[in-house]
Amino acid sequence: MLDEFFPRGVIHYLLGGLLIGSGISVLFLLTGLIGGTSTFFSSTLSFVSSQPFFQQHRLVASRLWRLVYALGLMIGAGLYFAASGEAWVTQVSHGQLLLGGLLIGFGARLAKGCTAGHGICGLASLQLPSVLAVITFLLTAIAVAQLVQFIGVG
Amino acid sequence: MRAATLFAALLSGTIFGFGLALATMIRPEVVLDFLRFRDLGLLLVLGGAVMVTLMTYQLAPRLLTKPLLGPAFEKHHAELSGRTLLGAALFGIGWGLCGVCPGPAIAGLGAGNWPLLLAVFGIFAGAYLQGRFFPGK
Repeated sequence: MLDEFFPRGVIHYLLGGLLIGSGISVLFLLTGLIGGTSTFFSSTLSFVSSQPFFQQHRLVASRLWRLVYALGLMIGAGLYFAASGEAWVTQVSHGQLLLGGLLIGFGARLAKGCTAGHGICGLASLQLPSVLAVITFLLTAIAVAQLVQFIGVG
Repeated sequence: MRAATLFAALLSGTIFGFGLALATMIRPEVVLDFLRFRDLGLLLVLGGAVMVTLMTYQLAPRLLTKPLLGPAFEKHHAELSGRTLLGAALFGIGWGLCGVCPGPAIAGLGAGNWPLLLAVFGIFAGAYLQGRFFPGK
C-alpha cells in the first residue's frame, strides 16, 4: 500500500520537508523576514533594470538579502550533493524547461508567490488567498503534467 | 543592510536548500511523478514544511517581542484578486510543463543539475515581462 503511493520511500521526503520549514523558520526567528523565493527574480532584476516596477522600494530594499538567500539555497543543495555523491541531471527537454520557466516566472510574480511564498509561507500564515492560489496551481499543474504525458512529449 | 541579516539569510537559505536536495525536489522528474500520481512524496515535503513554518509564524510573534536580530516580525499578506488566481494558474501550467519551481531551480544549480539554468533564465525572463508590462498598481 505504502509502496504504491511512495515507491521511493517516505523518510527523506519528511525530513527534507522539516528542514525546508526549519530554514524558513530560522530566517523568521532571526530577522522577521518572510522567506518566499520567487521575489528573488524581481528583486535581482532591480540591479539591471531601470523600469519603475523594479526600482520600487520593496524590491530594492530586499535585493541583497534575497540574493544571499538564493546563494544559500545553492550552497545547501551543493552540500547535500557533496555528502551523498548523488548527481542528478534532468532529462526534461530544454524547450520544456525554458517555456515552463517563462510561465513560472511570469505567473509567480503576477500572483506574488510560488510554491514557497503561497505554498509554505502563505499556508503557514493562514492566508485564504494563498490557499486558493495553491489549489489553483496544483490543479493546472496536474492537468498539464497529465496532458504532456498523454500526448507523449515529456 | 546589516551583516547579521545577510548571515541569517545565508544560514536559512542553506538549510532550505539542503532540505530541497534531501527531499529530491531539485529533480523535476520526482515533481512530475507527483503531478502524475506515481509518487505522492511531494505532499509529505509540503506538509512537513508547512507544519514547522506554521508553528514558527504563529508562535514566534506571541512569544517574542521582536526577532533576535531584526526590528519586527513581518506579516505575510496575500491579496485575493484576479491577478493572484490568474498568476497561480499560469504558474501551475509552467510547473506542470517542466516540474521546476523557483526554489528548486536555484538550489538545483548548486548540485550540478545544470539544465535548470534554462529554467532559471526563463523565470528571469517571465519576471521581467511581468514587471515591464503588467506591473499592477
